[in-house]
Amino acid sequence: MSAESPEPKEQAVAASDDTTAASTEPASSGGDRWREAYFRIISGGWAVSLGAVILAVLAGSLMIMVTDQGVQAALPYFFARPGDTFAAIGSAVGGAYAALFRGAVWDFRADDFAGAIRPFTQSLTMATPLIAAGLGVALGFRAGLFNIGGKGQMLVAAAAGGWVGFGVSMPFPLHMIVAIVAGVAAGAVWAGIAGVLKAFTGAHEVITTIMLNYVAFYLVSYMLATPGLLQAPGSSNPKTPPMQDTAVMPDLLGPRYNLHWGFVFALIAVAFVWWLLNRSKVGFEYRAVGENPDAARVAGINVPRTTVSVMLVAGGLVGLAGVTQVLGTVTTGFSYDIDAGIGFDAITVALLGGSQPIGVLFAAILFGAFKAGGSVMQAAENVPIEIVTVVQALIVLFIAAPPLVRAVFRLPQPGARWTRSSRKEVAA
Amino acid sequence: MKLELRGITKRFGTLVANDQISLTVEPGEIHCLLGENGAGKSTLMNVLYGLYTADEGEVLLDGEVQHFRGPGDAMAAGIGMVHQHFMLIPVFTVAENVMLGHETTLPGGRLDLDAARTKVNEIARRFGFQVDPDALIEDLPVGVQQRVEIIKALSRDAKILVFDEPTAVLTPQETDEFMQIMRQLRDEGAAIVFITHKLREVREVADRITVIRRGQVVGEATADQPDTELAAMMVGRAVELTVQKSAPKYGANSLVVQDLEVTDPSGIVVVDGVSFTVRGGEVLVVAGVQGNGQTELTEALVGLQKASGGSVVLDGQEMVGRPVAEVLGAGVGFVPEDRSTDGLVGEFTVAENLMLDRRGGPPFVKAGMLQLGPRDSFARDAVEEFDIRTQGIGEQVSRLSGGNQQKVVLARELSRELRLLVAAQPTRGVDVGSIEFIHKRIVETRDAGVPVVVVSTELDEAVALGDRILVMYRGRVVGIVPSTTPRDELGLMMAGITPQKGSDVA
Amino acid sequence: MTATTNAPAAPVEVRHVTVVSRKAPIALASFTALFALLIALAPREGSTNFRLASDGDFVTLPALVVPGTATAWVCVVVAAVLTAVAFAYVRAQRKVPLWVSAVFAFALLFGFLAWAGAGSARDFPVSTLIFNTVLLAVPLVFGSLGGVIGERAGVVNIAIEGQLLAGAFTAAIASSLTDSAWAGLFAAMVAGVTVAAVLGVFAITYKVDQIIVGVVLNVLVIGLTSFFYSEVLVPSAERLNSTTRFGPTPIPVLSGIPIIGPALFNQTVVVYIMYLAVPAVWFALFRTRWGLRLRAVGEHPQAADTVGIKVERMRYAGVLVAGAVVGIGGAFYTIVSVSSFNKEMTAGAGFIALAAVIFGKWHPVRAALAGLLFGGASALRNALDIVGAPVPSQFMLMLPYVVTILAVAGFVGQSRAPAADGQPYIKE
Repeated sequence: MSAESPEPKEQAVAASDDTTAASTEPASSGGDRWREAYFRIISGGWAVSLGAVILAVLAGSLMIMVTDQGVQAALPYFFARPGDTFAAIGSAVGGAYAALFRGAVWDFRADDFAGAIRPFTQSLTMATPLIAAGLGVALGFRAGLFNIGGKGQMLVAAAAGGWVGFGVSMPFPLHMIVAIVAGVAAGAVWAGIAGVLKAFTGAHEVITTIMLNYVAFYLVSYMLATPGLLQAPGSSNPKTPPMQDTAVMPDLLGPRYNLHWGFVFALIAVAFVWWLLNRSKVGFEYRAVGENPDAARVAGINVPRTTVSVMLVAGGLVGLAGVTQVLGTVTTGFSYDIDAGIGFDAITVALLGGSQPIGVLFAAILFGAFKAGGSVMQAAENVPIEIVTVVQALIVLFIAAPPLVRAVFRLPQPGARWTRSSRKEVAA
Repeated sequence: MKLELRGITKRFGTLVANDQISLTVEPGEIHCLLGENGAGKSTLMNVLYGLYTADEGEVLLDGEVQHFRGPGDAMAAGIGMVHQHFMLIPVFTVAENVMLGHETTLPGGRLDLDAARTKVNEIARRFGFQVDPDALIEDLPVGVQQRVEIIKALSRDAKILVFDEPTAVLTPQETDEFMQIMRQLRDEGAAIVFITHKLREVREVADRITVIRRGQVVGEATADQPDTELAAMMVGRAVELTVQKSAPKYGANSLVVQDLEVTDPSGIVVVDGVSFTVRGGEVLVVAGVQGNGQTELTEALVGLQKASGGSVVLDGQEMVGRPVAEVLGAGVGFVPEDRSTDGLVGEFTVAENLMLDRRGGPPFVKAGMLQLGPRDSFARDAVEEFDIRTQGIGEQVSRLSGGNQQKVVLARELSRELRLLVAAQPTRGVDVGSIEFIHKRIVETRDAGVPVVVVSTELDEAVALGDRILVMYRGRVVGIVPSTTPRDELGLMMAGITPQKGSDVA
Repeated sequence: MTATTNAPAAPVEVRHVTVVSRKAPIALASFTALFALLIALAPREGSTNFRLASDGDFVTLPALVVPGTATAWVCVVVAAVLTAVAFAYVRAQRKVPLWVSAVFAFALLFGFLAWAGAGSARDFPVSTLIFNTVLLAVPLVFGSLGGVIGERAGVVNIAIEGQLLAGAFTAAIASSLTDSAWAGLFAAMVAGVTVAAVLGVFAITYKVDQIIVGVVLNVLVIGLTSFFYSEVLVPSAERLNSTTRFGPTPIPVLSGIPIIGPALFNQTVVVYIMYLAVPAVWFALFRTRWGLRLRAVGEHPQAADTVGIKVERMRYAGVLVAGAVVGIGGAFYTIVSVSSFNKEMTAGAGFIALAAVIFGKWHPVRAALAGLLFGGASALRNALDIVGAPVPSQFMLMLPYVVTILAVAGFVGQSRAPAADGQPYIKE
């Protein structure tokens, strides 16, 4: 677990250096340079992130502690032999986090380096759809749109990409590319519906994207249950046939690892979104609309068109998450649970990543590691994987409320405008 | 009740908004608090009203020290306040707004709305107001809303009444009526604090005057002192109340507006058959009390409001029906009325805001990509040229003062080739130093041969800046007159009364 | 200035023109066209039997038998006429009255049922349909009432889902331990309030973005309940997870009314609480001092502050009361519907409730009606299963969500939320 902490640290610096740094300046003027640097570190964003991770991990430990049978067995005679209780706690908590680490980062029981590093590649595999979908949600946030429709967008993307993947015959790179494009386009269209409705009728995107999740779910369910659409021939299960080899994303590190080219595509998406938001005219308009739609309109930005365009790009990114699932991670055919909750996890990832592309990347890897490590922890130590969900939620919650974390750890407050910057750190 | 403030100091971070301010207001007197925008008048009153806690000093009522922990305490002690921005809930009725915070209930917990209606009617009758207790606030004209605020304060038996810039939204006529109400309240024994920066009003009603500048009391004055003296006290140096400008030299450009009509979503025709011509090299000031269609007129000129009829022709090209980006691209500079909501993206940096409406192409955008180098060097030049006080071009624009924010907007709109400048209330909420600068830049633009349309609600500004003045009332043009027209005639026009002579309606 | 005193009163009046949105008739037209298309493409033989009585009725009504497809076409005609009426209203520059939409909705529903049930050997159970509509709407109605209260106070509550789930979880444990459904109900309210308190601390005190807190709270509650379900409830399911439920309590006289009696007045106590809760919330919000202040705080907190209302305290009050209300809805799952808790058993109902809040324009009665609509959609699916649905069940399931999208786009449009909804109140 401790090895995870550098990641949120880094992303928080990326997310907040433009806001908190500015606000600490007047407060720390004067005094010697070292004191100033120290002050800046402990009042800066990453100290809060570190504190948030520590608090969340402590809460997780508490949950393991109170439900562990060894601890429960030792507790009744706590006053006679307190050592037993502490030993039981140590073994329960330590064992769980060790298993998490072993499943997420480095398998210290493996014989060679290749085996030891395998969990980390597994984390990256798990992170791949989270990166893409997290980018989609983050892009929406930056433009002032709350895309809760990740589930639906992933499902239609998986259906479209998957259909091309198993139903069409083409040579290798072309087949894969066409399948990816089909999936990305389907995701874009699905989110685009919400964009069009918002732009031209004012229908709130929170409602429409939620509704479109259900519509997509039942649509894909129908297709999975209908021979000739998505259902595997000769089967009565709601499941597709496996993908053709020509459409599958190749392994990135050879057959020993699950990590596939989808991860590279996700990295490319990170770079693309960073460029889009920070260097392109279109992204400038997205951000202007997101921060102040009135001023954007006065400056001649076509707000409805921007809304549609943001949703198209966001849906395309979530769609990429859907295709990496069916063409990369689960190539043996999929069912209507292929989204695996990623559409909703993506919201948390985007929040933790401060809606910044780089932040999303690290947040997604952290969450991917939790996922990969969580299943090993569940198998080895019998700790339900949901504890990972709790720890993730707590991290985001604490990071969203810097004053709370500062109060717990007695860190100094930066500047006077904390409400604004704390909002920015997470929501921006 | 007698009000005393002793040595009030209030700081926000490093800014000292009130510095050792002392003030006494006797019952039965109107005490004017005179000072320019940002002098600290409103802060002082918020301290008095319990919204802010003073860092030092104390508030005394009839000689007793008060400790207000919130407005509730201040009200209970007999202080009533009419805020500059009305503290009324738009979707509530008059009666609901008046009762809010001191509601009476019937058995069973039901609100006693009848009691509130009775109260409203009773107070309204006393002052001769026409107010329907069941009308929604958002449906009422601002003048009536202000009366609701007064009723609200009186319904709580306020003995000390604070009016914060109450005349900003009123017609000259309504202002006169308001002065009358203040006098009546005074004669009934209330202690009145009247906050304003308008010298004329001060001289008309003030029993005593305290001038505040930069958070400090700079002196007391009497109502018979000349304008220039009062203004000098207020600003801290001798001010020119006029704008230096020569006779217009007409250029080639021209804006011709014909029968322009704008209808708002609820069906009110907010701009109703407006026609005028502005030639290059002249400033046309659109004057009138706020809310008579000026905002919608400017927005229709740049395409932000859909015109439901009429035409806007700039240099022979029709502008109606074109998207905003195209209108701006055709060389129209636009300074919106509310810079923080419409003119700037607060979270963006100064540099980003300086290119906000200049994304169309080079130098700031090439092939869809932002050009950060040209953007930053332009921003540095603009900060220099327009004297924008900022820590750097990377600073968030929301951290700048109002005047400096307005300079960012102006710098953006003026530093390109213009064929028309439309500036709505360019100096509202801006300090005097910046006002002079902004006026100077507008006159320079005019002298460069550009037609300029300025919206102003301040008669002084209209007269000083305009070559001609167009007065709007309820969406229509009352008249277009030279800026040499006497003030009382302009005042009549602002109340919707067509002038007898001297009109040259285009 | 003095010259104005003897001047005549303002001579110019503001001109008014009437503006009517064309959205409503266009929406009606598209609904009609869609339905006509459906029965044209898939005509059905035979007649439909609407069973109006249920066993043991005091008065037994005969079944209503209509020819299926013909009736459907009659309904199309009725709908078309109503659409024309709506267009006529718009052309006359008047608003489309509510009765047109109401009759329209009824005509289409009736037509649809006639078409769907045509030729089926089984009767169409009208009473059961109404019964299930009300029953399935319970969590949605309580959820949306809670949502309305919170948002009226200016706090957006995305965490309805989490509150429902927490309510279901604690109700299960409390009811199992005490053998009392009432204890379960009370525990669920406490759980709802607890989640609300966390929302309050972060959203009101720490001024964290309310949407972020809500999203994260959902994840947190899902994680916590799933973890403790696996670790605690499953190992001792007998003791902790087999609840005592509320049984049906027929109301004398009323339950004897034909059709609606058994449907509406032979329900459980929780349903009766719902009947009372809707008018109670309406009364509290619009007729009491508490409601006036609550709405003031949600519309214009600064104005409320200046008349001495404690904004934050009022917002806490709203959020906590809302939590209790949503908690009742959560109890539905484990002490009305089934007798044990299961992971994520609320299955997105909180989001549907959120949609109902917006669909219902932040009004308790309209939001409750929207909740009923969604409940009805689920009930309809069960009813159609009985008669043998002519369309794939997935499309039936999809229908309510599609209708919501169309309705939000067509009828609601840019509805107005409380002005300060979602904004923290920052004093200085």
